[in-house]
Amino acid sequence: MNDASWIGRTLAAARPQAVGALLRYFRDLDAAEEAFQEASLKALQNWTKNGPPRDPVAWLIFVGRNAGIDEVRKRARETVLPDENVLSDLGDAEPRMVERIDNADYQDDVLRLLFVCCHPELPATQQIALALRVVSGLTVPEIARAFLVSEAAMEQRITRAKRKIAAAGIGFETPSAVERVERLATVSAMIYLLFNEGYSASGGDAHIREPLCEEAIRLGYLLLRMFPSEPELMGLVALMLFQHARAPARLDDNGEIVLLEDQDRSLWRSGPIEEAKVLIEKAARHQRPGSYQLQAAIAYEHAVAKNAAETDWQAIAGYYQVLESIHPNPVITLNRAVAVEKVEGAEAALQLVETVAEPLSGYFYLHGVRGALLSKLGKEREARRAFEKAISLASTPAEAAHIRKQLDRLQLI
Amino acid sequence: MLYALLCYNNEAAVCGLSPEEDAKMMAGVRRVEEKILARGKFGPRLRLMPTTAATFVKAGKDPLVIDGPFAETKEQLLGFWILECDSLEDAIEAGKHLAREREYGGIEVRPISAYNPPGVQD
Repeated sequence: MNDASWIGRTLAAARPQAVGALLRYFRDLDAAEEAFQEASLKALQNWTKNGPPRDPVAWLIFVGRNAGIDEVRKRARETVLPDENVLSDLGDAEPRMVERIDNADYQDDVLRLLFVCCHPELPATQQIALALRVVSGLTVPEIARAFLVSEAAMEQRITRAKRKIAAAGIGFETPSAVERVERLATVSAMIYLLFNEGYSASGGDAHIREPLCEEAIRLGYLLLRMFPSEPELMGLVALMLFQHARAPARLDDNGEIVLLEDQDRSLWRSGPIEEAKVLIEKAARHQRPGSYQLQAAIAYEHAVAKNAAETDWQAIAGYYQVLESIHPNPVITLNRAVAVEKVEGAEAALQLVETVAEPLSGYFYLHGVRGALLSKLGKEREARRAFEKAISLASTPAEAAHIRKQLDRLQLI
Repeated sequence: MLYALLCYNNEAAVCGLSPEEDAKMMAGVRRVEEKILARGKFGPRLRLMPTTAATFVKAGKDPLVIDGPFAETKEQLLGFWILECDSLEDAIEAGKHLAREREYGGIEVRPISAYNPPGVQD
């Protein structure tokens, strides 16, 4: 590890809190980002020379604010701020600075920063792209690569998204407890969307997109550190950790999808699985179940089963049923059908699938599951039609290849 | 004498490592451990889960259970080594080996006053 790499990582880790606080000062996203950029450049010069400050976040806010204020000094009635070179000497300025930014401010700052990216007028992909740019600090080329679009197109997308949220105005008043809970839910959904963008690799090479999953987990941790007693946040992070732990087993050497039941479980990463287990246990103590906790509980059942045959499908079907009662959703019903098949058989599962066939008619997985159930029930012609429909809806070569394999198997019968 | 070598670092930065970077970091730690073995003998070595997995049980008659992370510290205890060696000098030398591997945080060298190995009753 060299100097530049640890400074880079420290800056990346400090960014959400620092940009969030600067946004509160300057009330303008571009100004906040520029001020952070300015502070980062000074950090690169200063930290290599003087060593790291005790509190990098406070240092960056202080210096960023100083730099931003330079721009508007004439209008601001601020007293002259100390030069950042004295800050690393751990003089008086830094501790006082830290006192002023207490944890409650940090919480709301970070939440606000994530929340402005989730403006309801922005389509989901723009919300994610904006969060990656503003909160995570990924460069436009990096984001463009992850989304498989040109840099120019991504630049335009982000600029447009920023214009839209600037026009809509950002709420700077301290959120009420209810608003805070709502914001957390909105932001959690965006983080999970980001995770899925990497996980499902819709229309791209899975290996390129794994960093999206890692970034989503990083944002999940960030929120969890800010809001340590929110069971749904624990559930969200646990869910992502469980799923990401399987990444090394999800594709074979040819880049084809390996179904959960066929995966080599020895390839699963045990560290994240153990950590996720602790998180759902912590969450359960609060006795406030929610959709992320339930999904994490399902992932837990898969993670602890020694092999596919020993999976507790009864428990999984039960969790899906509770999920359905909280958030009625055809995709959840489809997933429950998969569990129901293991417990009650293909016939019962198919009946359940048919109840959601209409709303999910354009959904790849519906036809894949339907085809598999039909072929198990010996209805080959219908199964073939379902598989063909699935292939036409596949968004990655790996998805299509997987269904084709099942079609080939059908032909052998 | 037994010493604990406590590793403190910025957890947010360490948690930000990708699995590959993490593996690289741990490989570096293993190499350093080899060097340390020239001066002492290791007892347990362990790495802690992030503080987000922690729970704090507050002292009192009816102890309050608080979800971690609970302290607003800038550096977190991420793991530790137990090292048996002849002198504080050797322990500090071991701490230096470990500290050289990193550019941030640090290693606290803390002598151990009582140690009960696993399976041994008082």
